[in-house]
Amino acid sequence: MALIRTLSVLLMLLFTASAIAGGIEVREFDDPVTEKRYRDLTASMRCPLCENQAIDDSDAPISGDMRERVYLLLQDGQSDIEIIDHMVQRFGDYILYNPRLENRTYLLWGLPIGLIFVGMLVVVLMVRARRNASAKALSAEERARLDALINRERSS
Amino acid sequence: MFIKMIPEIGHFALVIALLMAIVQAIMPLAGAATRRPLWMAYGRPMAAGQFFFVAIAYICLTTSYMLDDFSVANVANNSNSLLPWYYKFSAVWGNHEGSVLLWSLMLAGWGYAASVFSGDLPRDMVARVQGIMGMVCVGFLLFILMTSNPFERLLPNMPQDGADLNPLLQDFGLIVHPPMLYMGYVGFSVVFAFAIAALLGGRLDAAWTRWARPWTNLAWAFLTVGIALGSWWAYYELGWGGWWFWDPVENASLLPWLTGTALMHSLAVTEKRGSFKSWSVLLAISTFSLSLLGTFLVRSGVLTSVHAFANDPSRGFFILMLLTITVTLSLLVFALRAPRVSHKVGFNWLSRDSLLLINNILLVIMTVTVLLGTVYPLILDSMGLGKISVGPPYFNALFVPLTVIMCVFMGLGPVARWKSMPAGELVRKLWLAGAASLVLGAAMPLLYGGEWNLWVSLGIISALWIVLPIVRDLFDKTRHASSFLAGLRKLSLAYWGIVLGHVGIAVTIVGVAIVSNYNIERNVRMSPGTTVEVAGYQFTMTELTNRRGPNFLADTSIIHVQRGETGRSFIMRPEKRLYLATGMPMTQVALRPGLFRDLYVAMGEDLEDGSYAMRVQYKPFVRWLWLGGLLMSFGGILAVVDKRYRRVTARKSAPADAAQASSKEATV
Amino acid sequence: MTRRLLLLLLPVGFIGIALFLYQGLGINPSDRDSALMAREFPAFEASTLRDANRRVDQSLLTGEVTLVNIWGEWCPACKQEMPQLLALADHNIRMVGVNYRDTREKGLEFLSEFGDPFEVNIFDPDGSLGFDLGVYGAPETFWSMPTVLFAITIKATYRLKMSANASCRR
Repeated sequence: MALIRTLSVLLMLLFTASAIAGGIEVREFDDPVTEKRYRDLTASMRCPLCENQAIDDSDAPISGDMRERVYLLLQDGQSDIEIIDHMVQRFGDYILYNPRLENRTYLLWGLPIGLIFVGMLVVVLMVRARRNASAKALSAEERARLDALINRERSS
Repeated sequence: MFIKMIPEIGHFALVIALLMAIVQAIMPLAGAATRRPLWMAYGRPMAAGQFFFVAIAYICLTTSYMLDDFSVANVANNSNSLLPWYYKFSAVWGNHEGSVLLWSLMLAGWGYAASVFSGDLPRDMVARVQGIMGMVCVGFLLFILMTSNPFERLLPNMPQDGADLNPLLQDFGLIVHPPMLYMGYVGFSVVFAFAIAALLGGRLDAAWTRWARPWTNLAWAFLTVGIALGSWWAYYELGWGGWWFWDPVENASLLPWLTGTALMHSLAVTEKRGSFKSWSVLLAISTFSLSLLGTFLVRSGVLTSVHAFANDPSRGFFILMLLTITVTLSLLVFALRAPRVSHKVGFNWLSRDSLLLINNILLVIMTVTVLLGTVYPLILDSMGLGKISVGPPYFNALFVPLTVIMCVFMGLGPVARWKSMPAGELVRKLWLAGAASLVLGAAMPLLYGGEWNLWVSLGIISALWIVLPIVRDLFDKTRHASSFLAGLRKLSLAYWGIVLGHVGIAVTIVGVAIVSNYNIERNVRMSPGTTVEVAGYQFTMTELTNRRGPNFLADTSIIHVQRGETGRSFIMRPEKRLYLATGMPMTQVALRPGLFRDLYVAMGEDLEDGSYAMRVQYKPFVRWLWLGGLLMSFGGILAVVDKRYRRVTARKSAPADAAQASSKEATV
Repeated sequence: MTRRLLLLLLPVGFIGIALFLYQGLGINPSDRDSALMAREFPAFEASTLRDANRRVDQSLLTGEVTLVNIWGEWCPACKQEMPQLLALADHNIRMVGVNYRDTREKGLEFLSEFGDPFEVNIFDPDGSLGFDLGVYGAPETFWSMPTVLFAITIKATYRLKMSANASCRR
């Protein structure tokens, strides 16, 4: 009985959800493309006040101001780059979730791409080495020497 | 009297556990090094005793919560006499100190389990495993006792009542998510201990792989569920319908998951083919190290994250020391003891070996990418190069293509044979699956959304390309059985583990691709009588009411939802609540979950003309994200319970059985 | 043997990473310099808090070294920092206040209660000057230099400001 009660409490919990009231603004857009740009821009800018939240997701007053500004600049016909510059000028590179490619971020973008090439190289080299390994079988003498080596390794 | 002493008993139990852990860390290792069975025999009772005493400490803390003992600082800061019992119970791990205690409890539990279920391993191997586990336990118990004591008292000025658990944590998610996640993190410590023990003993043979595999799968299954639960919790509680934010805390859980996944696959190669031995060991070390690194990143305050624990540099310093000692020592052992000569096991361009090699390399690249993006702001900052942020756009831009590449090889993997797979045979087996995936995947966005979408197509093609070859393989494998079903029953559980794991990934990919691209979100102004149509659903606000809850006031909108003109209708009730105690306004989201779509209504600002700003969302296939996670972890568990792991003891005494089992392995 | 040496690079490399992490421990990730450091004071036009008819603009700040403090009645840390500002004003430092996201009544009430070290207070009810200054919370303080150059930010009250983060969800 107690178990059933526990389970029903847990089940009830499953269907409730709560969050602190957020900035839900009703905005009119001329066309869906602008609306999409608005969404992408506000999703890729970080709230300067709150911990790690995009401005579209944050209810800090400053995020509301920034959303408003993005909206106004879009209505004003500015390009995404202009809008981003406008914000960075005031709040710094910190607010960009998509860091710009510059001296200090070359490694950030370059390393993963470089690793893909390194990875391809490793696969090619390894498989080529192993293919040869499978091609020539070891002679009995070689096998004995190898076993001796491995054993020495283990006991060391 | 006794009840009043509970926190002190808990504290004392932790000290005893620490002493036992120290003995466990020293004696078995010394015994194994000097070949003294008596010293080695210390391991198991110490592991048991340590588990017992950490459990007592844990029970004491939970009791303090249950009894509302606000003289305990931890309880006073994180609980309240009005909190329901199940939240008091889980509030224990809703804070830094308690969660580290839970972590230690699990660590001791895994350590004990490892010593119980290691019956027929060589004695010195068991002793070394216990010794390593003991060392890790010493680290964490010291961490608790020196920097994060949950039993600290607020005497003589104890508060009348507790400060309450953060309302966002008063949720089912808190009850299930952290324990699962920690089970995963901590579980990898056992694998780590096996790896180091094998290095120390110079015994990197098939036996250690055979023993490490089930532990890896089990830890991985827990971690998978933990991550899926975390994402689900964020979705309905925190994120306005978002389910993954690439937040440092999320990345911290993803990193060991990625290397853990690589480890599972590499161990498969090591066990079946005897290659990748050192590599598996390195992955085992990396996985546990990344769990520790995640702990450091989350609890030291070096990164801003949405899930901030109360940060304290002294804690950060301690974990950093723990991390540095663990990683440096184990890498040192690795460098000195990794086999110098490994006889190269040959395989061809097309073989399961080479595909698993590619899998591992891709997973490592993914790991490095996520790690780099997570710590890059920190590194730039400590070099004085300014503050930048690395967020979702960066991770998506790199992770999504890497996943697609991975899927190309994932389709081939389970079908390919070890050592060598003739290209002709592979093409003959898979051309149909490949063509079907391409056609269906390319057509899917047209049928579903009316216009073509590259990312949806790639997602569906990837998912089908993972699933269809497995389906084909199932038919091939059951060809000789009397019926398809009879054939399915004959397949080993480990094989079903592979199937479920891969199908789970495919299901998650479908969810990600569809919900990311076909999610519809509308912010609208609504007042009673307003109707809004979103994705074929009519949302009509019929009424705006007020109600008084137990500890809050709420504005409730009653939304009548109807599918199409004549479809099923139901009511959704989003609320705006004002919590009286804290004065905190909260939005109570209304969710209507479904296998193929979720409806999500949130109530925003009062627009002061009798209407409210409302956010209405239609999220197709979002449940598939977590469904896939559950399938994956179920697959992991099936692989653990496969009988060839359970019956290792029997195998020793019955060579016939062993021969049978290994011939079956060859087919898997 | 070379393989062993190469493998030894792994622990050495990790120690390098750990040093970065150690250095990171001493850094507060939320402690950031203003993006307007060493730049011109943004152009603005606004009325003053005390006199709705008096218009001021950026020329207010071109004459001499000036401390610009952004404050609001709603901001608890501003109240705590006011005595320090009053003490600075006693040393003949020119100060200009920006009354940020506030109402005239409440702003004046604040000044009469906690004192007014400012030569003039710029009234910025919608936070537009604050926005151009890259302000995302109060209090915030800038130094404006006489010619063109602008701005160091004083973050003494940083901790207090962050404690006012209640508006952040999660």
